[in-house]
Amino acid sequence: MKDVELLVVGGGPAGLSAAASAAEAGVNVLLCDRSFRLGGQLIKQTHKFFGSEKQHAKTRGFRIAAELEASLAVPGNPAETWTEATVVGLYPDRVAGVLHRDRYEKMRFRACVLCPGAGERYLAFENNDLPGIVGAGAVQTLMNVHGVLPGKKVVMVGSGNIGLIVAYQLLQAGVRVEAVLEASPKIGGYKVHAAKLARLGIPIRTQTSVLRAEGSDHVERVVVSALDSAWNPVPGTEETIECDAVCVAVGLTPLHQLAAMAGAEMKYVPELGGMVPLLDSARETSVPGLFCAGDASGIEEASAAIVGGRLAGLSAARYLGKPHPEDSRLREDLTTQLRILRSGPFGAKIRAGAAKAEVERHA
Amino acid sequence: MLEKNGIPTPEQVKSVFPPEALLVRAKAVLECYEEIPCNPCETNCPAGAIHIGEDINARPVLDAKKCTGCGICVGVCPGLAILTVSLKGEDAVFQIPWEFLPVPKEGDVWIGTDRAGRPLGDAKILRVRDAKGGDRTRILTVSLPRQHLYDFVTVRCPE
Amino acid sequence: MKAFYDIITLNGTREDDNLRIERHPILDFPETKTLRFTFEGRPVEGREGDTVASALHAAGVWKLSESQKLHRPRGFYCAIGNCSSCHMVVDGIPNVKTCITPLRAGMDVRIQAGKGVLK
Repeated sequence: MKDVELLVVGGGPAGLSAAASAAEAGVNVLLCDRSFRLGGQLIKQTHKFFGSEKQHAKTRGFRIAAELEASLAVPGNPAETWTEATVVGLYPDRVAGVLHRDRYEKMRFRACVLCPGAGERYLAFENNDLPGIVGAGAVQTLMNVHGVLPGKKVVMVGSGNIGLIVAYQLLQAGVRVEAVLEASPKIGGYKVHAAKLARLGIPIRTQTSVLRAEGSDHVERVVVSALDSAWNPVPGTEETIECDAVCVAVGLTPLHQLAAMAGAEMKYVPELGGMVPLLDSARETSVPGLFCAGDASGIEEASAAIVGGRLAGLSAARYLGKPHPEDSRLREDLTTQLRILRSGPFGAKIRAGAAKAEVERHA
Repeated sequence: MLEKNGIPTPEQVKSVFPPEALLVRAKAVLECYEEIPCNPCETNCPAGAIHIGEDINARPVLDAKKCTGCGICVGVCPGLAILTVSLKGEDAVFQIPWEFLPVPKEGDVWIGTDRAGRPLGDAKILRVRDAKGGDRTRILTVSLPRQHLYDFVTVRCPE
Repeated sequence: MKAFYDIITLNGTREDDNLRIERHPILDFPETKTLRFTFEGRPVEGREGDTVASALHAAGVWKLSESQKLHRPRGFYCAIGNCSSCHMVVDGIPNVKTCITPLRAGMDVRIQAGKGVLK
């Protein structure tokens, strides 16, 4: 069995940051990602990121991915990476099962940083399984990674940041966006994203939802309806919108499976999007040597994933007896960055959620 | 209404406009109406004219006297929420970000639109340049009759 | 005034059935090698860098599998390997997540109708 000092699961912004952080401290890192490219969801983000310069603000997502990937090449101690490597098992006796292309490998790890990210939520409506009805991430993958249009006429469901941003990216790719539908009375995401759409004449329709999709082999139209203040469809307000793709952007939920399998204490925290491992301030789970960062620890932003990942990497290095030479300074700076990112009105939910998932533990 | 359809009210728009008397030179209009954690406008302004501070959630505030209208903030704002405005005789002249194809050419006449996407009339494209540090964002310098000073926000290619 | 999306000429062509982006305001899509494979025995072309699912999508094939009991048409949903909606039989192997499987020349890709059977 292969011996690994630090296994990092997931090569998105959190995993890449954790791996770089730990590698800088002299830890031997193996990072596994199930995709054929590193960067997680960043590789498909064409918009410029928010936050501060410490979190790569004003840089387009896919360039941040490249920068983070480059940071793995720590002089003298580069992190090793495996792509097309799905960690299918994480066992309490510190063994990981990895499906690497068509080989199943078992490895023993001394510490692990779990950054598997999140999965798309689904929206229940009649015929929601028709081809052409896809998640927002799927639309971005198709367009921005493969250069393939998802369709020619899209209805966007969901007005959170993802829905608003992807609607804009659809326009940039040359796709008609018929409307952005939002079930609640208010737009969910940043108003600057909504304003970018409004000025192009794209209707954002609040208190509107999809009743059903129609089509034979793929979606050809949706029937939408107004909702009342109790979220019920208002009879008589049905309207048909012709489309060939529906993009569902109704939120993400943490991928909890590996943390639970490894024996970490988990908790259902709605503000964080679902099941998350309980973490202390060093981002360690209840399993010593098992750390967690990124969307798997709570749905947030890439900026928070980067900061949380760096913190988890520092903690893993310290756990392994190889603390980063600037551990306390970096730790304090990262903790401050996270606090500032979360301190505005949009951070209220995260703060509430993080408080529920945080425990005091001897780090 | 901003929260329902992404369109700010005329009052909200006026609240972030510098006084007209200062518009002999181009000045930035920071249409950032919400507190979100973000500060590239502040950190990239070469004149130090934008203030956010330690808490990056604070809304940016423009010191219009320091602003030189260079347009760097227009190109770096991740929300594409900034434009510059100036008054030149009968015209209002704007610098706006542009991230679509086709890209207009200098001398083209496109259609100016307001924040709801409604047409305002002809918009003359005076200049097209790459935004400095803007990574494929273009800056369009556009002029319209000055009556559209508070309405104009972007352009659309004519048929 | 025409709607915004009717004016922008992006993928370089106005043909309705072309789903490949040729020009993009932010990204570059350099032309890559054509990879020939088969779908249900029929020849299809994809590009180097495609996944099986993206190549099929560009070729107009959106139905990738059928549901187990009601044989409803299914396509991909998440496109990152989470939801298992995109399972197809590739080179005889079932339950292949086509959304994260890189396309290789000569692949034999078939609709998976129901549960995958490993022969």
